[in-house]
Amino acid sequence: MAIMKTTGAFLLALMLWTLPAVAPDAIHAGAAYAAVDTFEFETDEQQHRFRRMSDEFRCPMCQNTSLTGSNGGVAEDLRREIYLMIMDGKTDEEIEQFMFERYGDFVFYRPRLMWQTVLLWFGPLLFLLFGGWLIVGIVRRAQVNKVEEQVVLNEDEQAQLRKLLDTVKDRD
Amino acid sequence: MSRLKLFIPVIVFLAMAVMLWRGLYLDPRTLPSVLIDKPLPEFALPTVELGDRVVGKADLPDEPFLLNVWGSYCLPCLQENPILMSAAEKGEVPIVGVNYKDKLNLAQLWLEDNGSPFEFSIMDENGRLGIDLGVYGAPETFVVDGSGVIRYKHIGVIDYKAWEDEIMPAVAQVRAETGQ
Repeated sequence: MAIMKTTGAFLLALMLWTLPAVAPDAIHAGAAYAAVDTFEFETDEQQHRFRRMSDEFRCPMCQNTSLTGSNGGVAEDLRREIYLMIMDGKTDEEIEQFMFERYGDFVFYRPRLMWQTVLLWFGPLLFLLFGGWLIVGIVRRAQVNKVEEQVVLNEDEQAQLRKLLDTVKDRD
Repeated sequence: MSRLKLFIPVIVFLAMAVMLWRGLYLDPRTLPSVLIDKPLPEFALPTVELGDRVVGKADLPDEPFLLNVWGSYCLPCLQENPILMSAAEKGEVPIVGVNYKDKLNLAQLWLEDNGSPFEFSIMDENGRLGIDLGVYGAPETFVVDGSGVIRYKHIGVIDYKAWEDEIMPAVAQVRAETGQ
């Protein structure tokens, strides 16, 4: 029983630990805006797309920052390329494909859904289901134990019990 | 069965320990290149050595060669230069340079000071060719076959071990496969 609880707690910890995988926004919400670009956009929508995309692509050189947060030479060049592609009227998919063909899945902070990344996307859900299954098991077993503990008395035994209780009352 | 359950935490712990232990020895800088077995991108760029001449894919060697991304600012490039120099002097394999995000005068000075192992160095001043090659910092070295297809990529400095164990075997394999 105790071992089940330990396992459950361990899985819960593991779940919490893997949770950011399904919430990539949480990771770079705090990313520092280190680089200052002087790109001119025609519309707010273009600027918004630029911001979003340079936040979601990972800098290949510095590894743990987005293109936005990096001063690395490659990041600078890639921001320029993204800017040029947006101004050129390329769609988000086309820009993603451009990045993918050169830097692979590594550049995506939000990994693409493929058979290699299925575990990454749905692993936490698996852990959740497994944890739920464990909890249901624990609760069921506890209920079964409770039922077993209820002792049913036959008539003789009940008479005996009454007698005993009466003795106790008499003593008072 | 319940006995077996006792060991679940131990098994989970061991599995994680093995994975994390392995992770300690993986180099996070070595990214798998998506460009392996893809043709080199098209380009038309000047060189460090050839004055006004603009080179393209047609000017590259028609036998297996190394494409070495370097810059005068890049310390590991200086470190691997003697290995590339000795290979060039012995005629082991042709080497073409990509002078990545550098300035012409600085690149020329660097080659004068340290010697040039390159047939020529393509000047990629704004890093656009670098992006097409999936480069993220010098030095990087590609093994390219005679028809201009990338066959192997080495990221970071080439030391003697990398030269003996990775680069030359990759070149030899490409030579064997293409009969060049």
